[in-house]
Amino acid sequence: METIVFSLLNGVIYGLLLFMLSSGLTLIFSMMGVLNFAHASFYMLGAYFAYTISEASSFWIALIFAPILVGLIGAAVERWGLRTVHVNGHVAELLFTFGLAYLIDEVVKIIWGRNAVDYRVPELLDFPLFELFGAQYPAYRIFTLFVALAMLAGLWFILNRTRAGLIIQAALTHPHMVGHLGHNVPRIFMTVFGVGCALAGLAGVIGGNYLVTDPAMAVQMGPIVFVVVVVGGLGSLMGAFLAAMLLGLLQTFAVAIDTRFADIFGFLGLSETSEVGAISIASLAPMLPFLLLVIILMVRPRGLMGDREL
Amino acid sequence: MTVAALSITDLKKNFGPAEIIRGVNLEIEKGERHAIIGPNGAGKSTLFNLISGGYHPSSGSIKLNGAEIGGTKPFQINRMGLSRSFQVSNIFANMSVRENVRCGVLYSMGYGYSFWRNVGNLKEVQRKTAEILERVDLLDKANLPAALLPYADQRTLEIAITIAGGAEVILLDEPTAGMSHSETDRAVALIKQATEGKTLLIVEHDMGVVFNMADRISVLVYGEIIATGKPSEIRGDPKVREAYLGDEADALEGDAA
Amino acid sequence: MSDQTVQNFESLAPSAGQKFTQRVLPLAVFALIILIIPMFNPSNLMLTLLNVMGINIVFALSYNMLLGRGGLLSFGHAVYFGLGGYAAVHAMRAIENASYGDGGFWASYPVFFLPVIGFGVGALAGAIIGWPSCRRAGTPFAMISLGVAELIAAAGFMFGSIFGGEEGISGDRMNGPELFGLSLGPINEVYWFIAFWTILGTVGIYAFTRTPLGKMSEATRDNPERVEFVGYDPQRVRYLVFIFAGGFAGLAGGMAAVQYEIFTPEAVSLAPSGMVLLMAYIGGIRYFAGPILGAVVLTYMQSMLSDYSEAWLLYLGILFMAIVMFAPGGLAGIVAGLFNGLRADDRSERVSKWAIMVVGCVLAFVGLVALVEVAIRWSNGYGEVFEPFGMHLPTASVLTWVLIVLPLAAGFAILRFGATRNKEGQA
Repeated sequence: METIVFSLLNGVIYGLLLFMLSSGLTLIFSMMGVLNFAHASFYMLGAYFAYTISEASSFWIALIFAPILVGLIGAAVERWGLRTVHVNGHVAELLFTFGLAYLIDEVVKIIWGRNAVDYRVPELLDFPLFELFGAQYPAYRIFTLFVALAMLAGLWFILNRTRAGLIIQAALTHPHMVGHLGHNVPRIFMTVFGVGCALAGLAGVIGGNYLVTDPAMAVQMGPIVFVVVVVGGLGSLMGAFLAAMLLGLLQTFAVAIDTRFADIFGFLGLSETSEVGAISIASLAPMLPFLLLVIILMVRPRGLMGDREL
Repeated sequence: MTVAALSITDLKKNFGPAEIIRGVNLEIEKGERHAIIGPNGAGKSTLFNLISGGYHPSSGSIKLNGAEIGGTKPFQINRMGLSRSFQVSNIFANMSVRENVRCGVLYSMGYGYSFWRNVGNLKEVQRKTAEILERVDLLDKANLPAALLPYADQRTLEIAITIAGGAEVILLDEPTAGMSHSETDRAVALIKQATEGKTLLIVEHDMGVVFNMADRISVLVYGEIIATGKPSEIRGDPKVREAYLGDEADALEGDAA
Repeated sequence: MSDQTVQNFESLAPSAGQKFTQRVLPLAVFALIILIIPMFNPSNLMLTLLNVMGINIVFALSYNMLLGRGGLLSFGHAVYFGLGGYAAVHAMRAIENASYGDGGFWASYPVFFLPVIGFGVGALAGAIIGWPSCRRAGTPFAMISLGVAELIAAAGFMFGSIFGGEEGISGDRMNGPELFGLSLGPINEVYWFIAFWTILGTVGIYAFTRTPLGKMSEATRDNPERVEFVGYDPQRVRYLVFIFAGGFAGLAGGMAAVQYEIFTPEAVSLAPSGMVLLMAYIGGIRYFAGPILGAVVLTYMQSMLSDYSEAWLLYLGILFMAIVMFAPGGLAGIVAGLFNGLRADDRSERVSKWAIMVVGCVLAFVGLVALVEVAIRWSNGYGEVFEPFGMHLPTASVLTWVLIVLPLAAGFAILRFGATRNKEGQA
């Protein structure tokens, strides 16, 4: 029971974090067709900016300005980089963002060093909020939950209640139609790319101190973000949300399960000392997203809620 | 009676609620030149895609030489002896003209997925390629990159690739679209000569081309064939005149004259 | 007239002379270069570098069977390299055990032919993994390759008996029967082994491009729809090409197994998959020689530049981005452009254009290097100072910033000027 409640809480929080990270990519991918390889690099930039800003002033200022800064960088990348490559097709765009991820990694290493930085939870939130089954639950995790929910609400409001949001929604499902309606497509692309990156940056501000802020964080998160977007489906934020939650819960629960293959398949004569028998469910946790990715692409290429195939 | 080259019965195709092909019946004899005409949006392209395997029929049957091909994949239909061209030039732009035609020849000569032979040493493939190129009069442009060909020549190359595999049933989708008068005349002569003795199904907007080439004509309107017959019969059919309003009816008359 | 032309159909194809200069000669020159290098008595360090280049040439060429010739962007090609290499190391151990033990098949298997094992296992892995991957090209293919690569990389640390855990699996190449009098002990003997397989692999991959399947692979890349209507199944074409690409990657893995005598799970991870993508693309995927060029340049950078600068990966990333943005033909495309330009009529005009671009690039590059190197030393915090050509460039000095900003600004200004002039010239 204890494990289940904790896993559930942590899984939901991790899932929300994943959604914050992937919602931007879903927007970018659905509208522009660019599967941005560097998306997790913007998440990393968000964490590092937040670290530097909160060292100089406070976490709260970082919470506002780090995502904006990341968004501006994203918009600049679209304006002066991606747009040039666009004419050469999607493979060229994918390669461009692949190189960009390389570059951001290296720049981060130069500026902030190769080791993890001490980006800490702000003191104001550094206390146990409540006690569950004798274990203390940190307040910051609940804060994360609320920021994620606030972002979710904000995103929903913008998409459903504003003119810009309606254009974006139209563009999500019918990317080619928007240009015909007389909208400035390059500017919409730049804005969406910038906003998408800013959302990743926000996830970085929140996730950087929840998890670890080091130069490897982009490489760790990058492929998982892809999984969320692909599994969720093209053009569907709802799908991305479901996929993120699914992955968050799946991974957290898998880690918490201490069962080994021998325990499950023991009736087949699988012994605990054999190599296959010794594999635990927990150790499979990092593989699960990719297994899901491959299966979805094979069985249902449009994802959970996508309106068209990849 | 011999088996028809192409026999379509009660063919239907709908995309969601929209029924595009609403029960087409058509028999095309071996060696016949059959044209399909009809106003825009009548479903001519959809019908072509159904026959060549691009779409799956919702219901009904399509038989090629008596064998059912409805719902079969395009490459299988092609191997059974049906080949098609495209309305928009659909060639291998990065290859030379000769290589384009060779791509069309390879499978039919039995070199399918071979990876132990050098294409340059396949004499009979080279001979066949040269023959096709000669038949469509592209021999002098054989080593040009396909992308650099003038528009009319790209259309010709499109036809060359289509007939290269030696298919007995040829579908041509608006082969003269976008051509000038003189180019059209040349193309018609070329098609007649290149498809000699084969079964030809052609979609065409240019009435001159249709009445010049076809043995029989079918008129497709809103997913149904309203008339099939010899050019002279079609010309006088009141239902056809009704379907073609205004200018096009005049064109029909003008060309017929 | 027409009958005659058809009878002389062979005149349509390139003449024997053209075939020789365009196909045989470049390969012969390539082989000759490989064969005469040992005459210059290269150092052991140099030989090691050359061996790695040979391995990477075959690896990059195999990658280009997918990306360049098949239009399939893979993020997991190292899987086949790694699995082929692991198989070869296991075979090497089997040879060792058999020659000290009871003999049998492995006792008579020469280490020289380990790349054959690599090829077989690489192709087998391609046949298994390719089956679900090759149904679609484009982004889905790229994503599946990424997913599979992550799965295999994770499995690498899970199955110790196959992958050897963190330390990997090692073997000893000096066992079993000797071939061509090569004990494969000293590095110069390994060089001949690598040379043999590099030439064979290159010729093999080139020959593949000339087969009906190789040609249809290019056709499928450009126009899969049309391929279906000339009787081919594009999925089948991709699948078969994928198997061959896996096989040749495995061959390169087998070469690496003999060179290093060890394989670690690193070899199947994403990093080498990314590296081979960089090699092929920077070299130029539209040219057969492109990946060879890319493999040589990047291997050199990897081993030499990394001695000069910690930031070599950053330079590599910048080079890659510049190629993607401004020279999609890669290095081979640039070379071909220069070569064709020098024979064109407006030669002088082109040369002046290039001169402007070269000056701009060099200036921007100087500024960039200064910036990066100064920044690295500041970042390390050991108080080390960047001292190129006897200059002293501490972070706080004005001279340092002048040397960074001036060339950067001037370089970009010149490049911009060149670009706008080109546009006006075209208009």
